[in-house]
Amino acid sequence: MRTYHPLERLSRAKGMNAIVAVFMGMLIVAFFRVQVVGSDSWELRSESNRLRQLPIPAPRGTVYDRNGLILADNVPGYAITVLPAPRDSLLRTLAHLSEYMDISGERRERLIAYLDRYGNQPLVVDADADFAVVSALEERRSEFPGVYIEMRPRRRYLVGAAAGHVMGYVGEVTGDELESGEFRGDRYEQGMVVGKTGLEREYEERLQGYQGLRYVEMDARGRIVGDFGSFHTNPGAPGAELRVNIDMELQQWIHRIFPDSMIGAVVALDPADGSVLALYSAPSFDPNDFVGGIDANTWRALNTDERKPLYNRAVMGLYPPASTWKLATAGIALDQGVVDPDEEMPIPCTGSMWYGNRSWRCWNPQGHGYNNLAEAIGNSCDVYFYQIGLRIGLEQMLERANDIGFSRQCGIDLPQESKGDFPADKSYWSRVWGYTAQEGEVLNLAIGQGPNSQTPLKMAQFYVALARDGSAPPPTIAEGVTLGEGWKLNLRPEHIEALREGLRSVTAPGGTAHFGTTLEHWDVMGKTGTGEHRLSQAGLAPPHAWFAGMAGPFGGDPEIVVVVVVEYGASGSRTAAPIMAKTADFYLRKKHGIPLDTIQTLSEHLQTRGWPRWYRERYGSLP
Amino acid sequence: MIRLFERWAVDPALILTILGLSLFGTAMIYSAGQVHVPNPVTHGAWLRQARWFAIALVAFTLVSRVPVRWIEWVAVPSYVLSLVLLSVTLIIGTGAGTAAGVKSWIDLGPVSFQPAELAKISTVLVLARLLSQRLDPPDSLRDMLVPSVLVGLPLGLVILQPDLGTAMAFVGMLLAMLFWAGTPVVLLLLVASPVVGLVLSFDTAVWSWYIVGVVGFLYLYRYRLFLVESVGIVIANFAAGTIARPLWNSLAEYQQNRILVFLDPDVDPRGAGYQIIQSLVAIGSGGLRGKGFTLGPQKRFDFLPEQHTDFIFSVIGEELGFLGTVVTIVGFAYLLLRLVRMAQDTGDAFAGLILLGIFGAWLVHIFVNIGMTVGVVPITGIPLPFISYGGTFLLMSWVAAAIAVRVAHER
Repeated sequence: MRTYHPLERLSRAKGMNAIVAVFMGMLIVAFFRVQVVGSDSWELRSESNRLRQLPIPAPRGTVYDRNGLILADNVPGYAITVLPAPRDSLLRTLAHLSEYMDISGERRERLIAYLDRYGNQPLVVDADADFAVVSALEERRSEFPGVYIEMRPRRRYLVGAAAGHVMGYVGEVTGDELESGEFRGDRYEQGMVVGKTGLEREYEERLQGYQGLRYVEMDARGRIVGDFGSFHTNPGAPGAELRVNIDMELQQWIHRIFPDSMIGAVVALDPADGSVLALYSAPSFDPNDFVGGIDANTWRALNTDERKPLYNRAVMGLYPPASTWKLATAGIALDQGVVDPDEEMPIPCTGSMWYGNRSWRCWNPQGHGYNNLAEAIGNSCDVYFYQIGLRIGLEQMLERANDIGFSRQCGIDLPQESKGDFPADKSYWSRVWGYTAQEGEVLNLAIGQGPNSQTPLKMAQFYVALARDGSAPPPTIAEGVTLGEGWKLNLRPEHIEALREGLRSVTAPGGTAHFGTTLEHWDVMGKTGTGEHRLSQAGLAPPHAWFAGMAGPFGGDPEIVVVVVVEYGASGSRTAAPIMAKTADFYLRKKHGIPLDTIQTLSEHLQTRGWPRWYRERYGSLP
Repeated sequence: MIRLFERWAVDPALILTILGLSLFGTAMIYSAGQVHVPNPVTHGAWLRQARWFAIALVAFTLVSRVPVRWIEWVAVPSYVLSLVLLSVTLIIGTGAGTAAGVKSWIDLGPVSFQPAELAKISTVLVLARLLSQRLDPPDSLRDMLVPSVLVGLPLGLVILQPDLGTAMAFVGMLLAMLFWAGTPVVLLLLVASPVVGLVLSFDTAVWSWYIVGVVGFLYLYRYRLFLVESVGIVIANFAAGTIARPLWNSLAEYQQNRILVFLDPDVDPRGAGYQIIQSLVAIGSGGLRGKGFTLGPQKRFDFLPEQHTDFIFSVIGEELGFLGTVVTIVGFAYLLLRLVRMAQDTGDAFAGLILLGIFGAWLVHIFVNIGMTVGVVPITGIPLPFISYGGTFLLMSWVAAAIAVRVAHER
């Protein structure tokens, strides 16, 4: 057996030994390279393997009303997040997740788009998950590698619909908003909750805060195994709080007294500084519905509702101001010095007036005879104001009305506000109507008709000027912000007194709004308005009802200005005026420490217990 | 006491080495179960492995006392039995644990076992019988035909499972035994050349030069080969080069990926490259001294795949560092060298061939398993003898060791 001769065996054994040496040597060299030479870089990779950056969501700032009551705060919520993964495994995870929660096809596409764009950031599947979903997922933790559930602050609006339009609402930032740079900087990223409308949007920068970062140790299945507390943790910063001039209880009160069946707006301003006490638009919506994504049915209902609940009529709705605007005519005339408050106009009101080959009617065909300013306001006499308008002149009227901002925004601190609709100059008529403006246009303008539409907020700002010394600061919601200069009419104290006298006669015995506005404790004055519009002119619908008024203690300056518009409300004195009076009553009683009476206006007293004693004491006799 | 051990072990040097490796392996399986979020599969694995270890020691004691004549006698029946079991496995086989997708196990109620492990040993035995009966070395292609078929049958059945790793062990076994039987290295290389040609054919220029080289070599070597054989080798090389593309396309996607990832793990770090990258991260971050026994973060955080079976060496690398890996590799090297030494010392052809067969199979297991964890070899599902978790494999490795010491020391 030559084959297995010892020498043969020896030489083959040497060959085998060489093979062992070569193979094992290769391994040792490979391990030397990886473990000794390249150890540092692998060490680094090992760290990044298990350390993940997770955002620490910043709670949004709390919003307080003027009395320190909370309008909006945060409660704990849950967000479901997926760690970045290859597209296929992400899709698989989403498909598996959708067995336990709703993930729309659109949402899925958006998540994939985010993944493609931002690569290695965690993706928020649901920024505000239901507790049922969260517990279902927690039970099946091991089935969902790469999915983690974190606590996130959830917005809560304490008065719901009562302050829906003022507060606005929050929602998840959309891809478009991120791309368009509406929410700029590295402060914003997918899955974050941002203000969409109202104060939430206006003061987004302040309320948002800064998202923090923490590093956690996470195992290969996406389970958080430990917190890396000391390792470059950036706690972030919670959003700053916001104090607003709004009176939350007043806001709730208005929400309660504004008739459910009616559409309209209420604006209450403090004449002391123009701060906004209440801003209400009816119908309202509950911003809590929007937190964590509004469900499709609610959203559809809000958008298809003909009453447009999402539309903030107080700052966006434009209505022909009608008779409430006569005060502006009067104010401009006094400011220009073309009329004296005691002076009676030369042409008496006989129910109409001739000017430029046609008859201009007064609303009352019976006529009002000779009127001074206060009487004319009390009677809302069109003929008187026609003549004032002519004295001011079209050019002056346009110029001065534009000066005091009837074609601008008030500049309130809300994201959307309509500009007043008022001709900037005479070219308006040739531009829009195709004819040269005649002096006669001023007659229409003088009684608040013609090309003139204003927001309830704008009219409220104008009445603030009357409740003060002729100057009007811009309406302001947030405390301690300055929103610009405002404007001023040059009115002497006796002018102011004459205008208020006129407003007071509207609510005095015999005035149209007497029954709806007369209150036990307060001196209420104001002006009704009947805003004709296209439908009402065609006789298809009642006109819009206005009441612009102010109230305060007897013998003192007004302490609140309230403007109410009720769409299709027909009668300013009957529908709008009581809302104004009750709003003022609530606020003033609270301010002066008088217990609230649910039976407030004279008409309410008459409906329940007959003539109140205070009425006899004030006026001596019954009308 | 020492005398007693020496009598029990028969070959104390070899048995001490594998005893040490087995204990070390059980300890590392224990460590592999020490993760942050324990799971039932890896957590108690070390206890189950320890139980199999005890069984393996009993089996070793019995088998190492069996006369060689019995071993010779049992070769053919056990080989036939293996083929039957392997065929049956293809029909009723199941996956197990982390290798759920393959059919490698036969489920026998409380235990399941892998017929492939039995097949390895019985193939060694039957091949050793066949080759030891020859009077002259198998130095022609024709002489290599029967041994190749004997190995090819179980190898084919194993590939069908599919278990590429074990199949490679069969190849290692065949080459080592042929070498020991006297087949010239050149011939072995020429037989293996089509496989090289297969790989190189992906670059036409390289492949052309390679073919020129093969033909040139055959010309120089022409007096040692029959013309038919030379022509056959050239044809085989050409054929390999030609079928390379279709063969590549016929591979399952995960198999292609494994090869692509071997070339560059970062092509798909979260998919096919995941295992090798995680393994490299674990081993690399272990550094010189390691993170300490049971303390490896990659392992603890569950990033390591198959960390108690095929990738157990990554745990060793991470926790015990370069020092630990070198000691382990040196241990394996000693084990292999000892087998060669035993074969050299024995005058019996049958015994020497068995030792080399075991050597060949283990060399493949050790090199491929350790090599894949560090990126030297593409990832293949192949366990590390005495270390990886796996009852049948541990048992049969010890039985192989028992046969090795028995045949080596029977005179």
